[in-house]
Order: sequence, then structure tokens, then C-alpha cells
Amino acid sequence: MTLKIIVKGKTKGKILKTSIPINFLGAVDKKTGIIRDDKHDMFKKSIKNVILVFPHGIGSSVGAYTIYSLKTNDSAPLAMICTKADLSVASGCALANIPMVIVSKNEYDSLQDGKEITLDAISGKIL
Amino acid sequence: MELTKDEEAALKGEMGETLELAYRILVATGEATNAEKLIPIQWAHVSGVNYNTIGDAGVDFLSKLSKEAKVKVKTTVNPMGFDSSNVSQYGLDEEFIQKQEDIKNSYEKMGAILSFSCIPYEIFELPKENTQVSFAETNAAIYVNSVGHLKTNKESAFSALASALTGKSPYSDLRKDHEPPDLTIRMKIENPNELTYGMLGFFAGKIADSSVTISGVDNLNKRSCKSLCGGMGTSGLCGKFFLNEGTKDSEKVDFDKKEMQNIHDELNTTDSGDLITLGSPQLGLEELKDLSVTLKGTSFKKRCMVFCPRTIQNQARKLGYAQELEGAGCEILSDCCICLTPLIDKKNVDGVTTNSIKGAYYLKNSNGVDVNLKPLSQIIKDETK
Repeated sequence: MTLKIIVKGKTKGKILKTSIPINFLGAVDKKTGIIRDDKHDMFKKSIKNVILVFPHGIGSSVGAYTIYSLKTNDSAPLAMICTKADLSVASGCALANIPMVIVSKNEYDSLQDGKEITLDAISGKIL
Repeated sequence: MELTKDEEAALKGEMGETLELAYRILVATGEATNAEKLIPIQWAHVSGVNYNTIGDAGVDFLSKLSKEAKVKVKTTVNPMGFDSSNVSQYGLDEEFIQKQEDIKNSYEKMGAILSFSCIPYEIFELPKENTQVSFAETNAAIYVNSVGHLKTNKESAFSALASALTGKSPYSDLRKDHEPPDLTIRMKIENPNELTYGMLGFFAGKIADSSVTISGVDNLNKRSCKSLCGGMGTSGLCGKFFLNEGTKDSEKVDFDKKEMQNIHDELNTTDSGDLITLGSPQLGLEELKDLSVTLKGTSFKKRCMVFCPRTIQNQARKLGYAQELEGAGCEILSDCCICLTPLIDKKNVDGVTTNSIKGAYYLKNSNGVDVNLKPLSQIIKDETK
């Protein structure tokens, strides 16, 4: 398995998966965790308490604060799994202590929306 | 990533909470970008200044941080939510004003220069070529990397702040002498204006990786270049562009009329606006001068908000441009910008006319108002008398 740990931690939860990158500043409500960009395929869905699987973050550098706010407001995802690094997501997760990993394309494709998994971002395993 | 002994100790918390936090961020961003080490930087430009973008969590975080933390290098800051010289005229609620003041005080306490500008490259002298800096504001990072001859990651608000507090940043790809990008976008639109370049940037940002080559662009003026950087920063993670033909074996993608229409349809949501906004990124002195010359003898039929940095407004006043713009009905605002300002609220605004792709995205998604996209020349033609 090719899994790179960016922020350590261990969690268990349901996958919410999208193939569309996320601009946290514009697209996510920082209080509720609900996606408010009507052009995004997760429009109106909540990213609270899920293992959020998405390609990578995009856009505003302030998106890092959105991630931190989500955590403070108890609306953050349990963990994030991406295929590419983006500094807003990496630093936002680092400050908010949200486990975050980067996986290979194959690994990403094998993660199914709605499936319950355990992400071990200490030893580097997805079970 | 390899850390020195001192960096390792700081990460463990042996040098206090502030540095522990800063190194935690630098290590995560370093790992994320496959950096092998941290290197010194000379200048940090931080985002996360507007209360609307960072919220109560951000206010509290900065207030706590600023009790101890001090910046180690020159640090400049992005726009905040309003213009402090005239905020009383806008009927903002007291809570917003107070929280915004708290944020301002926190940055001041840490030793940042309160520039409140998203175009630091136009109001500060740029250091010598290849100087390493840490710029969070996306249009600024892309601008200094691509045409300003400096080197920065496309930093986040926190990674730039961590750089400010430590004077360091991960030595990631964008900081190195670059292999040519493996993607070349071929600009196929004839007679492009600044709006076209904003859409080109938005398109490029969507499909490019950390850098991209754009062919078919020559004589890119400053207005168009800023528009391109703003659009690119909004839609993607790309942090640098090269203007040339691209390598022979790079993948080629055309930006043609169809692609441009798609972007236009995505961001243009109405045929007319109740007010006009200019300046995302904020306008520089040349742009204010051009605008004052173009507007001579005419005036706007509706409200037109013009955003520029404080220092630029002061210069424009000395030179008389600001007075001419006000005579033509412009409302000049400093310290803030279009993106997420509480001055544009969906309670009293349905639609906004702008030439900014970056502005359009955040007006639509964050302020929740409709957007009418037009190039500046068209705005002046349609909206003045």
C-alpha cells in the first residue's frame, strides 16, 4: 500500500467521496460543514464526521482557516484522504489535528463512498 | 523531511508553544510537498485577515497566538473586511467591526506591517531575483513566481504564518529551478481583454498541476496579468506559469471559444448588476490612472466600488486621480477587497457587475450574490453616461 502520512492519527468512520477538488473557503460553510457551492457534486451534503475522500484542495489560501473553524465548531471531517498535496489542506489539518494522508491513484479508486473504514495514520494503514 | 537539531527541538515543544505549532505546520506542508528540508525565507505575506474568512475560531486563534508570538522576517498582510477610514458610513454591525479590530491588533502585536493588500508586489519593492519568500495570497504567489522572479510555494494562510514566525519554509518544487511543466495550454482566443485572461487563468488552474506553460500570449499587460493570476489561484493548486511555446513532448490543451464559454457560464449568473466592483486583485496606481483618464467627462449611472491599497489611494490623491474618479461616481475603498467583504451583502444587493473572475467566484459562493461578468471597456460603455 502506498500511503503517505501528512498528519498523524487514527479514526474510524464512513467514507464520503467526491472526484471534484474542494475550495474550502468558497465551497464549505465553516460553521456547519455543509457544501454550499451549487456547482459541486456534494452540494448540500455535510462533511461533518465523515472520512472525506477527495482529490485535493484548491483555491484560497484561507481555506486552511475554514478547516480549523470546522474543527472548532465540531463540524469537521474525522479524517481526510487525498491524492495530491495542497498546502491549505495539509496545514489546516495539521493545526486542527485532523488525520490526513495522501494515497496513490489505485488506492484512491478502491475507496468506496459510504463504506466504513479504519484509517490508521500512525502505522500507515487503511482497514 | 530532514530537520536540524534546533528544528527538531522546536517541533518537540522545547522552545515554546508558538514554535511547536509553527514547526508542526511546516513539517506537515513539507511532507505534503516532498520537501527534503526547510530553508530560510526573507518575506512572508499572510492571508487570514478578514473576519468573514477566518471567523471566531480564527479571531481566538490569533489572539492567543499573539500573546507570545513575534514575526522573525518582514511580514505583510492581506486585506481585511472594510476600510477603517470610512467604516461608519456602511452600517456594519458592531460585532463585525470589533472582531475585525481584534484581528488587526493581533497581527500588529506580532509585528506584521498592516498593509491590508492582496498586491504586495505592487506596493513594496521586490527583493533581488530568486529570493525565497512565503506568499499565501494566491494571486500574489503566482504573480511573484511567474513574473516577479521570486520563489514561493503556493502557501496557505497557516504555512505563511509559520514562515513569518520561524523565517523558514519547506524547500518544495516551486522553490527550485524548475523542470518545464508537462502541460502546455494554447491560448486560442483573439483580441483578449483582462476578463479573457481571468478565464484563461481559471481554466488553467483547473487542469494544471503545480505549474503550467501557456503559449500564444504576448504583450501581457499588468491588468491582464493580475487577472490571470487571480483566476488561476481561485480554481486550482497551480502556483506558477511560464509564457512560451512549451516543450515538444508536453501535453497540449487548447483554450478556445468553447472552453471560454464554459467558464463564463459557470461564473456569470445574471445579465445585469445593481452595483459595479473593480479591483480583485486590488487596483494599482497605473490602473487608477487609466481608469480616471477613460472616465473623463462621464460618470457611472450606478454605484461603482473601486478597491485599491491605502498607499496607492494616497498616491492617487496626491496626483489627483482619486478626485477625478470620485467625480465620475467611483467609491474608492482601501484595506479591503471584493472577496468576502461584508460591504456587499445579499440582503441589499442582488447582482454585481465585475471584470474579475476571482471576485466572481467568491461573490457567488461566499457573499451569495449573482454576478454579471464584463470586461472593463464594456462596463464603462454600458454603465456610464
